Amino acid sequence: MCSEKQKNRDTITELLHGLRNKAFITGSEAVAEAVKRANVDMAIAYPITPQSESMHLVGELFAKGYIRDYYRAENEFAVMAAVHGAALGGGRVFTATSGPGTLRAMEMFPVWAGARQPIVCAFMCRGVSLPPSIQPENIEMGMLLDTGMLMLHAENGQDFFDMILQAYLIAEQPDVHLPVGVFADGFFVTHTREEMRLPPEDCCLPPYDPGFAPVPVFDMETPPMRITRDPLLNKSNFISGNANASWHQEVLAAAERARKHIAQYMGGLLEVENPGAKIFIAASGTAVSQSREALRMMQAEGMDAGLIKIKSIRPFPGSELCKALEAADLVVVPEFNAGGWLAREIRAAIDRNHRVIGAPRVFGGMTMPPWLIVEEVKKALGAGQSRGGC
Amino acid sequence: MSKKIITPVASLAHILPEDYRALVEKGPHGKSVGIKDLGSFKEITEEHPHCAGCGVSLGVRLALAALPAPEDTLVVGTPGCSFFALSQTAVNYSNTAFGNQNSVASGLKRMLSIRYPDKDKDVVVMAGDGGIADIGLDMTLHSWFRGEKISTIMLDNEVYGNTGGQESGMSPEGQVLHMAPKGKNFKKIPVFEMARTAGCVYGAKVTIASPKRLGMAVNRAILLARELGPTYVQIYTPCPTNMKFSPADTLRIAKEAGKAHYAFEEFMTEEAALRIAAMEGGLEKEPE
Repeated sequence: MCSEKQKNRDTITELLHGLRNKAFITGSEAVAEAVKRANVDMAIAYPITPQSESMHLVGELFAKGYIRDYYRAENEFAVMAAVHGAALGGGRVFTATSGPGTLRAMEMFPVWAGARQPIVCAFMCRGVSLPPSIQPENIEMGMLLDTGMLMLHAENGQDFFDMILQAYLIAEQPDVHLPVGVFADGFFVTHTREEMRLPPEDCCLPPYDPGFAPVPVFDMETPPMRITRDPLLNKSNFISGNANASWHQEVLAAAERARKHIAQYMGGLLEVENPGAKIFIAASGTAVSQSREALRMMQAEGMDAGLIKIKSIRPFPGSELCKALEAADLVVVPEFNAGGWLAREIRAAIDRNHRVIGAPRVFGGMTMPPWLIVEEVKKALGAGQSRGGC
Repeated sequence: MSKKIITPVASLAHILPEDYRALVEKGPHGKSVGIKDLGSFKEITEEHPHCAGCGVSLGVRLALAALPAPEDTLVVGTPGCSFFALSQTAVNYSNTAFGNQNSVASGLKRMLSIRYPDKDKDVVVMAGDGGIADIGLDMTLHSWFRGEKISTIMLDNEVYGNTGGQESGMSPEGQVLHMAPKGKNFKKIPVFEMARTAGCVYGAKVTIASPKRLGMAVNRAILLARELGPTYVQIYTPCPTNMKFSPADTLRIAKEAGKAHYAFEEFMTEEAALRIAAMEGGLEKEPE
């Protein structure tokens, strides 16, 4: 909810492209700054490291009148269920979680997508047990790839701020109307203070209008009144099977339709530095920042190298990657997780995928020094890429 | 909801199904009808695929007939047998993941209070014993601890019916069921007592063999939830299919339970008692 000071003028352009002021804040504070300007009706919280501080700050926004309702629920599954209920009621909602919280709430993410709800949820990624870890890594993203949610991956606090606002704009398009997860690598982003640029505080998103939703609002004010907002559960018969399948296809189609809105509000699903290079590092999240340093090191050595920053994981920029990597001989994909989900996605999207090296991979809180990335590039060049696909 | 929302334009009325037109013309919306008027108005439930003699379907039918304002009622449920009748009902019905109903209802009620501050939107949880007392017990209790203004109605058939007759936490001790091959070895979960402790302002325990009492309990629960806080109604809805009795015996079984472990019981806070007295013109002799 906009405070009294905030006016609903044409703020979308202003928010995204208008004058901005410098701020020296953490990623967690950036989340709250985004929520402050997002005209959110309701936020629901449950604490988990490293998400907690951002949701404390969102709670303070409620106390100050920026949000109409806010409470701490009993666990993440309950949070995501309550957020689902609030979105059914036709308002704009926000929540956030991390690692084990994501896994505990897992059942609700496909529900959000299937119910066509434009929920925005921030994920401050961290390790999952066992062994226990609160440290940064983003394995949970690999587990969420097929939930039907859109997924954006922030490189830093500035991205985190921008992507939350962009997420609402994309999620609420009538031809999309899907949940968006905005992901950042915990601690690296949440607990790092950096210089950011923020639009004025009196500038916020226009309110959400449930009348533009492609599904009926659940309020007994919107026909038809006889609606069941869930997939058909009747015993397996031909009609319910077809209805369920066609509904799922529409969810997937809606994610495809999001591409043009991602292009409009985020300038595309990926960014390419030094297009046409022979060697590429392709990364998302914090690994992009580390890759920038590695790129500098490689270019200083005279290597023809470039960088691809993947901003949207769902929908995935398959055709954009094919185009960007057309002339490349080598694609190194550094990741903050053990599974290597991004390398798998890239391998599945491009031809001659022996060019993809899924390394380095660090997890459980390990850091990723730039030389580690450079080392992988050199190793691959030295081995004639025989490790490709491994 | 305004009656205008469901009234078809004259030129299209003839192509709408007969049951829809009957609902507009003779439905309970905007009228003060209840259990005692059954048969004189078009009910908001329709045909359903429940088993013959199903206690749950009768529980759903009676509870829905007792809604004080069906035109502004939203029902939140959970997977299980209750789904079959509820999804064929002329109110908004939501059913997502097993056990999350009280959380969904909490979020929904709060959002509707934001969007419609001058209207009473009755958010009613209607779900089975498995959803409320087992898998969703934490969310049931926490919605009560928080004082959410929602009514929770348990359709207690004392078994997991839809999955084929497994033991539930609400099954009677000693009952032999699937997953309890030697008989259930702990007591029925005391949800009714827990409701009182957890902050419900009103609670009632009733069987489908006492329809008027059931109607009174549901009506009170919903009206009190609007102003005072969470309320709970636990309805005994026996299951002939899994408890292996004849469908013709459902009401007899319910009546017997009403004399034994399901005797009618109510609790209410002092404030709730005063509200009931104001609403009903004094606490009348309870209906049979």
